[in-house]
Amino acid sequence: MERFAALIDTLVYTRSRNTKLALIAEYLRETPDPDRGWALAALSDGLDFPAVKSSTIRNLLKERVDPILWTLSRDFVGDTAECASLLWPAPEDETRHPPSVAEAVEALSAMTRKTAIGELGRLLDRLDPSGRYALLKMATGAMRIGVSARLAKTAFAQAFDVSVDEVEEYWHGLAPPYPELFDWAAKGGDPPDTENLPLFRPFMLAHPLEETVVSMDDYAAEWKWDGIRVQLVHAGVGEDAETRVYSRSGDDISATFPEMVDALDIQAVLDGELLVRGTHQGGEEGGAASFNALQQRLGRKTVSKKMLREAPAFVRLYDVLQWRGEDLRALPWSKRRARLEKLIGELPETHFDLSRVVEAKTFEELAAIRESSRGDAIEGLMLKRRDSPYIAGRKTGLWYKWKRDPLLVDCVLMYAQRGSGKRSSFFSDYTFGCWDGDPDKGADLLPVGKAYSGFTDEELKKIDRHVRQNTINRFGPVRETEKELVFEVAFDSIHASKRHKSGLAMRFPRIHRIRWDKPAHEADRIETLLAMVRD
Amino acid sequence: MAQPFSWIKPEPHGIHILPADSWVDPSRAVPHALVTHGHADHARGGHGETVATPETLAIMELRYRTGAEDDLGEISHKAVPVAYGETIRLKGGVDATYIPAGHVLGSAQILLEHAGEKVIVTGDYKRRPDPTCPPFQVTPCDILVTEATFGLPIFTHPPIEDEIAKLLKRLADEPDRCVLVGAYALGKAQRVIAELRRAGHVAPIYLHGAMEKMCRLYEEHGVDLGELRLVSDYKKDDMRGHIVVCPPSALNDRWSRRLPEPITAMASGWMRVRQRARQRNVELPLIISDHADWDELIRTVEEVNPYESWITHGREEALLRWHQLTQRRARALALVGYDDEDD
Ligand SMILES: [Zn+2]
Ligand SMILES: [Zn+2]
Repeated sequence: MERFAALIDTLVYTRSRNTKLALIAEYLRETPDPDRGWALAALSDGLDFPAVKSSTIRNLLKERVDPILWTLSRDFVGDTAECASLLWPAPEDETRHPPSVAEAVEALSAMTRKTAIGELGRLLDRLDPSGRYALLKMATGAMRIGVSARLAKTAFAQAFDVSVDEVEEYWHGLAPPYPELFDWAAKGGDPPDTENLPLFRPFMLAHPLEETVVSMDDYAAEWKWDGIRVQLVHAGVGEDAETRVYSRSGDDISATFPEMVDALDIQAVLDGELLVRGTHQGGEEGGAASFNALQQRLGRKTVSKKMLREAPAFVRLYDVLQWRGEDLRALPWSKRRARLEKLIGELPETHFDLSRVVEAKTFEELAAIRESSRGDAIEGLMLKRRDSPYIAGRKTGLWYKWKRDPLLVDCVLMYAQRGSGKRSSFFSDYTFGCWDGDPDKGADLLPVGKAYSGFTDEELKKIDRHVRQNTINRFGPVRETEKELVFEVAFDSIHASKRHKSGLAMRFPRIHRIRWDKPAHEADRIETLLAMVRD
Repeated sequence: MAQPFSWIKPEPHGIHILPADSWVDPSRAVPHALVTHGHADHARGGHGETVATPETLAIMELRYRTGAEDDLGEISHKAVPVAYGETIRLKGGVDATYIPAGHVLGSAQILLEHAGEKVIVTGDYKRRPDPTCPPFQVTPCDILVTEATFGLPIFTHPPIEDEIAKLLKRLADEPDRCVLVGAYALGKAQRVIAELRRAGHVAPIYLHGAMEKMCRLYEEHGVDLGELRLVSDYKKDDMRGHIVVCPPSALNDRWSRRLPEPITAMASGWMRVRQRARQRNVELPLIISDHADWDELIRTVEEVNPYESWITHGREEALLRWHQLTQRRARALALVGYDDEDD
């Protein structure tokens, strides 16, 4: 536990992502099993101890110290776990025998609501203030030290020189302390066996097209639909068969879209856009409603019958990664596309259709089609190299996105400030940033703009809650948040500016859409914005 | 016979000694002032007569130019030095004795005696050893007017040796960078430097320009600080692997761009709370304070064992609560102009 506590302490005071990656990687290399696996779980929010709540800590402390002194201290420190770690009366006996991380996890897991207060106290007695802080942060779930799950996985990949996409792929089928993962990455063992599990495969992503011109002989074009990108996975046989719906970040959103779970019962991994039936985008493509209609259905843990009836979901397929147990990812896009066109007949048409290929002989013809495209459900075009295999992440030259409205970028929320007037009780002024390089290689976010508008009251409440639950630092009225929430930001123009660290200044930025589904590391990079500068 | 302690009265701008018409650490200019130590929330210029230790008077002269002229001409000012252990008689039969407080160079508790009653105003103090000033002396009294800057039970300052070792280890771990230590310009900076010397660190230490005069003043008063260099006299590369000391306000300032990839450290009791350290973008928090921590505060009250404690500034609520829990008399004084210092 001491080593882990020292790591947590150092991470708290480290701002550079690169240094954070190096620190975590070093810890993962040097710490024995199973401690490092538990630590990795703690850093990636993969631990849950239902018996230990913030209130457990409060009640425990009020038993040991005067309740008024506790409250005064808690108000000053602002964080229950930290305050408790500082205030805990150390036992007279100095021989502490600090527990290992594994021992602490075992003890925390065994606790019940009834035993938690006593057991937690005994653990705290064995630790120094740093150890107590790490333990309490771990016990209550959220570390809130500016380390995202993605950062932890990237550090793991860096520690053992494996690809983070492979880590992501295995991750969802494994449980802490991830012995299979360490056997494979750290000890050169076989990769984890995940064939019969409904696992998420990291998405293949596109680069912005910008000034590039491609030949339509090499590339095929598809519409980019305005829903949420999902992956449907069905795996296992008989009793063990299971279908899952994953969001872009690999979150399991099956419960939100139960109709899609029921719609797939063939072993497969499919990539497509989840949309809601409607008339907004009519015509031959079949009716898809606007994004707003879909928005109603996002983020729900359960869905009412009424909602299922009024806003039924379907998936417009882009790609097939696996079909009836056969991995198709290595095939060129054209072959996969041919398979997809055939297999669509085996899927219920009530819940699946095909994203059609946009026929254009030349790039100019395609540009003209793009200009004349109508309908809110179309975000732009995707250009896919006809011979591209399905590769996780963004690989230059394979896929491009050609947005219809180029002055839209995905940014990550960094700071939030209270508004004024009727919004003074909400965090409604946002500073957001873009990556100054590859976030998986330790790039940092640089602020690129601020926005106060573009969201509904309902959304404001949700963002406000997100800010409060993800605060990692307070500067007077300003909160620094975990770098997790993506905003699609619209702006009128962008200019070079010496006054800003990013070298950029946006004119009239506003929040175009809140991308709850998009992982932060997929937000845009400074280079993308630089390419938009027109002066 | 007069009411007990009716001769001394806490008022918003300081502690008023009525028979002497004098004030302790007044926050505005008065004709006659007794000053405990040189920090800005206790000492200020403009008084007619200032009674303080010779060291404190020298500090005040340097910082507030107490004897200087203003726009209207020379301010008539009289400095009255009182050495530690020395007693002076004020108007109205009040005796004032200056006793070491262990806070910074020249810092004193002031023992006031009148009509057989004893009141001690501690100013700021600590109970830990400090190579730059004599240690706090426990002196019995009826009323102890104490500070409470770190008056919460979460504050326990670790041994300074541990914090200095942390600093030196980080310096050795990253020899291509420098460690920039933010430290309050009066007291903290010199104590950190003196402790580094005590730990055997003989290399030159680089100073922000604002630190120089106070360090020289300490040296003139016999505090050995070793070789000190001004940042402005050297090149970036000269400072790699070295310690640089600056006021806390310069930590995140443009000024620090002239340093070789500085590791930002800050020496302060507030560094005990992670959030405080993060707010200042501190990478290396050093929990070093010139104030009493919680245990020192309550130990002092227990040892002095006064009839009543008066709490001047800081987190007085918790210290009041402790008095209540241990059946001791206490009251909080609402004084203005006292702040936490950057300590
Ligand atoms: Zn002071
Ligand atoms: Zn003070």
